[in-house]
Amino acid sequence: MASLTKSLKCSKEAKMKRPNNRKPTEFRPLTVVAGVVPNADGSAMVKLGKTTAIASVYGPRSVYPKWKRKADRAIVNCTYSMVPFSTDERCRPGPSRRSTEISKVIGDALLPSIFVEEYPKTMIDIYIVVIQAHSGTRTVGINAASVALADAGISMRDIVSSVAAGKIDNTYVLDLEGKEEDASKCDIPIAYMPRKKKITLLQMDGDLSAKDVIEIINLARKGCEQIHEKQKEALIKRWGI
Amino acid sequence: MKEKQESRKLVLPGDELINSMDYLPGKNCFREGNSIFSKKLGLMQTTGRVIMVIPLSGVYMPKTGDMVIGEVTDIQSSGWVVDIKSVHDAYLPISGVRGFIDTSKTELSKIYDIGDTIYAKISMVSGDSIHLSMQDVRSKKFTTGRLIRISSAKVPRLIGKEGSMIRLVKDNTGCRISVGQNGIVWLEGGNEEKAIEVFKTIEEEAQKDGLTDKISKMFKGGKNEKTK
Repeated sequence: MASLTKSLKCSKEAKMKRPNNRKPTEFRPLTVVAGVVPNADGSAMVKLGKTTAIASVYGPRSVYPKWKRKADRAIVNCTYSMVPFSTDERCRPGPSRRSTEISKVIGDALLPSIFVEEYPKTMIDIYIVVIQAHSGTRTVGINAASVALADAGISMRDIVSSVAAGKIDNTYVLDLEGKEEDASKCDIPIAYMPRKKKITLLQMDGDLSAKDVIEIINLARKGCEQIHEKQKEALIKRWGI
Repeated sequence: MKEKQESRKLVLPGDELINSMDYLPGKNCFREGNSIFSKKLGLMQTTGRVIMVIPLSGVYMPKTGDMVIGEVTDIQSSGWVVDIKSVHDAYLPISGVRGFIDTSKTELSKIYDIGDTIYAKISMVSGDSIHLSMQDVRSKKFTTGRLIRISSAKVPRLIGKEGSMIRLVKDNTGCRISVGQNGIVWLEGGNEEKAIEVFKTIEEEAQKDGLTDKISKMFKGGKNEKTK
């Protein structure tokens, strides 16, 4: 027992090292580019460290199959996929259990930001393709999709930003990458609308105390606010006078 | 009360435009509490007490009275289905065509066949049904010429104030040009290549200031000098 408490103490005091000497409250280098797919109505590429995703938005357009359409609002279809060469080991192309789940979760995270009632009997298609995966693909996907939606000229309440945060050795850390994710007890990806301070996605892996959860969410929210600024910059760069 | 002022400022969805109850939210804006926010990516414009946002991108949203160019995609018992590159397909009923048509004697495909391109006016929009009309004097069927497509949000720039820009292009290239509000442009005769080059420039630099000057320079210099 004594040794256990000692080791805990040690880890608390020991200076935590992160890849590329990142601070615990710092996310990986972020690049956001809007308008990368000429054929789409709106598109964006987001690169967070090594993780890269391209999102393209089509629509609002007429709904096929027709029975899916809603008389009073638009439906939002989100498709998340990873290219076979995106991971260290080749991943099988096509929908999987994981990608189907993430597609749904991303769609639900973006839905509160869109004025769907303005486009009755239509659908908005969002395609997210992960070019390179190095953890945090769903958050990067949300960031890219949100910029693409704004680029497509769709009515929105706010631009959604997203980032994950977790806990490693009693330290709260923002944006876990690669091996950190395995070392951490837990990570929480959130999607956030900074203007109304509303969380649209909240997932949790692992277990945490109630206090930790609140601390981690607050840390992620701060990260989202910084990412939000970057997303705005990218749109201004594309459309600026 | 303030007079009409134009402050062209780029705004993004969720941006606060003003925090005051003295103003009214116009197009592409919404009020929440005391503030007015933008719904879309676009340019903010204040006219009197109304704040609105002019979108810079997006799919064409049909409006009654707009002239559009579309392609006939289907013939039904009493009208034509026309693809106008909008959210929904448009419908041109027989009643929208000039003159009387006896459906028992004439085939509808003799008037407009599948694949024909027409220049029509939007007579009615309700929900997902868009009705067209050929009653307008400008309406016609295109048999020759070529079509190009630009973003529908940039059509007002292409036409210019009271048609100044499109007149400039017409005078300098000698083309006959018809512009559909849905972003499809028909042109024939004259220096078509030059006109298309100019349209591309307008589309690329629609939100920039001094565009008309630049275009007139393009015609004088003959070469396309890229602005910064």
